Amino acid sequence: MAAEKIIKVLLADDDAEDRILFKEAIESLKVNTSLTLLNDGIQLMEYLYKNGDNLPHIIFLDLNMPMKNGLECLQEIRKNNKFKDITIAIYSTSGSEKDIEDTFVQGANVYIKKPNDFNSLKRVLLEAITKDWQYHTSGLNKETFFLSI
Amino acid sequence: MNIYIKHDHRRLFEIVLKEQFELLNVDYKLSGMGEINIADKTTKEQFKSLTSALSRYGIEIVDSQKSTLVQKIKDAIIEMVWDDGKLPASKISYYLSKKLNHSYGYLSNLFSEITYTSIENYIILQKIERTKKMILEDEMTLTEISYHLNYSSVAHLSSQFKKTTGITPSTFMRVVNKRKLNLANTI
Repeated sequence: MAAEKIIKVLLADDDAEDRILFKEAIESLKVNTSLTLLNDGIQLMEYLYKNGDNLPHIIFLDLNMPMKNGLECLQEIRKNNKFKDITIAIYSTSGSEKDIEDTFVQGANVYIKKPNDFNSLKRVLLEAITKDWQYHTSGLNKETFFLSI
Repeated sequence: MNIYIKHDHRRLFEIVLKEQFELLNVDYKLSGMGEINIADKTTKEQFKSLTSALSRYGIEIVDSQKSTLVQKIKDAIIEMVWDDGKLPASKISYYLSKKLNHSYGYLSNLFSEITYTSIENYIILQKIERTKKMILEDEMTLTEISYHLNYSSVAHLSSQFKKTTGITPSTFMRVVNKRKLNLANTI
């Protein structure tokens, strides 16, 4: 609950450049985070099953990934009760109302339309991470946590 | 078959505390929401077991003074937003500073430092949380909810809802209902 606590963030994205930008953006925020970067959905699921006692607070999921895409990961994660406390933020190029609504219905909490510039990226990541933190530290109802930015 | 339930979070909280403290044989007294006086003879082992027993329920023992004060600010805000008739008509800053005996400037800086959000945003977040719950209980219209939570108009509540969640109250309701359907279909 105190600020000294570390917010565990994970990103699964197959685009190397996007991963680097994400890492730089997160590290530039005045928030105490630890970051795990993974390249695809298969790695992500393996990581979650292996690290059951040290799960991330929030996962940023790229929708378009080879082999296992973001939506498949989302469904698999939401089927497993062990992962119920993890916040899932979908990271997508689409900003259509329908896509947003559909991903929320599938169990996502946050929907981020990938921003075009670095400052916007920093702003949306900060909003997602700090708002999510309130849900982890104030006993708010995660079942009805939605944020679209 | 679906059944619908209502719950009283404070009552749940008090029952959980009672069970856990009694289980570990620790004498205690509730001296306010989120403040508990425990017997001085409590051993380190008891305290440790208590900490882990409570953590299963998402209840955390906060120890540092700063965290304690932040918790008191949160409790005061939660009480203000969730207990009917507690939302002050006067300035909220004045209400909080009077209730907690510190200047609002001090409370506000401390809160931002520890929680990564401001008191103002936290109040909005709690009001929107209550709005969500009321929408789902389906007993009041959005207009009635806005009146209930001291908004100047339903438009003001709608726009704050959209700003906080990124979606409109009606999309929110649709998503929650569709999720329920989804869940019912997979069982």
